[in-house]
Amino acid sequence: MRMRIFAKRCAKEILRDPINLAFGLGFPLILLALLSCLQANIPVPLFEIDTLTPGITVFGLSFITLFSATLIARDRESALLQRLYTTPLTSLDFILGYMLPMLPIALGQTVICYLFAIPFGLTCSVHIVYAVLGMIPVAVFNIALGLLCGSIFGVKQVGGICGAMLTNLSAWLSGVWFDLKLVGGLFEKMANALPFVHAAEMEKALFGGNLLDAAAHLLPILAYSVLVTAGAVCCFLRQMKKQ
Amino acid sequence: MQAIQTKGLVRRYRNVTAVDGLDLEVRQGDLFALLGVNGAGKTTAIRMLSCLTVPTAGEAIVGGYSVVREPDRVKAQIGVSPQETALAPNLTVKENLELICGVYGFSKEKTKGKIRELAGVFGLESVLKRKAGKLSGGWQRRVSIAMALICEPKILFLDEPTLGLDVLARYELWEVIGRLKGKITIILTTHYMEEAEALSDRIGIMKNGRLLAEGTAEELKLRAGAEDFEKAFVTIIKERDV
Repeated sequence: MRMRIFAKRCAKEILRDPINLAFGLGFPLILLALLSCLQANIPVPLFEIDTLTPGITVFGLSFITLFSATLIARDRESALLQRLYTTPLTSLDFILGYMLPMLPIALGQTVICYLFAIPFGLTCSVHIVYAVLGMIPVAVFNIALGLLCGSIFGVKQVGGICGAMLTNLSAWLSGVWFDLKLVGGLFEKMANALPFVHAAEMEKALFGGNLLDAAAHLLPILAYSVLVTAGAVCCFLRQMKKQ
Repeated sequence: MQAIQTKGLVRRYRNVTAVDGLDLEVRQGDLFALLGVNGAGKTTAIRMLSCLTVPTAGEAIVGGYSVVREPDRVKAQIGVSPQETALAPNLTVKENLELICGVYGFSKEKTKGKIRELAGVFGLESVLKRKAGKLSGGWQRRVSIAMALICEPKILFLDEPTLGLDVLARYELWEVIGRLKGKITIILTTHYMEEAEALSDRIGIMKNGRLLAEGTAEELKLRAGAEDFEKAFVTIIKERDV
């Protein structure tokens, strides 16, 4: 009950911020529209709408990391958390309260991206449902990463680290904008060692109905999700104790 | 009866001793002001008393319970309004109050009644539907104190409640705090002399983590041989420098 009340508050804080809406929803949709127009004039296989949309949905989730990290960092700096630490809310209430409301927001963002892509020629099939469900572990990874960054960094640092660095990392290392094989070498190895490219490839596979291919990419995503969630919980509890 | 009692309370951060052997007694129903220059240890003292910081040494009994051994029991009796406004900026004032009612497990009816009551006491009726982040500093402080009072605390901690406010907003907040006097025990930290003198039953003067003097404003003036309270404060602070 207490956790639900806190979670509701976190959802309101995020959804009522116009900057969040502009970046979280506006930016991926504009990219979809622009690249689809580009594709109509200069066809590139990577930017075909059925390939591009799953990648954009994965890229869009990097903003969820930014929102979640900013919310926590702001709560810490404004002393709202300090106030709430003197109430009966438990550490589990805080962690779930921050993480759970982000999940429907992340999935909502994904659904809107897919719906938006339909008029641009996206194949409309039941595979969209698989692709949306497949986003759950990816969303958990991104949300946990937000909790981790928000527990460690201040609002300004979060803006730089999650807003600039992480969104760029996610863009470059996911293979959404260019084929990683074209760069090859250490860059490709590094990308394969991180979850972003696996998330994008899993989404493409799910959308294409290739469940076996998707399963192969699921494992590293799950491993990263568990690892980052554990790290985020530890860091949050540590800062809670410090407060 | 004592609402707060501390014995040799210490808080060290690596090489810095923020609070150094604080012995304090606050009577139930009193408004006690902790006065001191920046870095005197006022906020750290309040943080320890409100279970936000664990003491390095010593003991503090708040509302009859130990802050070290029984923090949950202490938390059930206190309300805290931190130095920063500590509001959810994108929530309306009403939603902020509802949030705190919710975390204390109030029913819908009790929440409604509590908000009506606090809105009356703090004059918040006109801003209930406005986003907290859009309010002026003075209004945010009022909301912050109202939030701290939702759990009907026996002891209220106000950390620098008027810091950064203009004169008018400060006087308005003094009126609000004055209305609470006698009903609950209030611990207020401030570095404004006139605030401590105008509001408090008793005043403790802190410097470098130590309590230098304690008493009513009149007692402190008498002790320092000063005509006004500001001079008394300076005398006491300098006395201990020698």
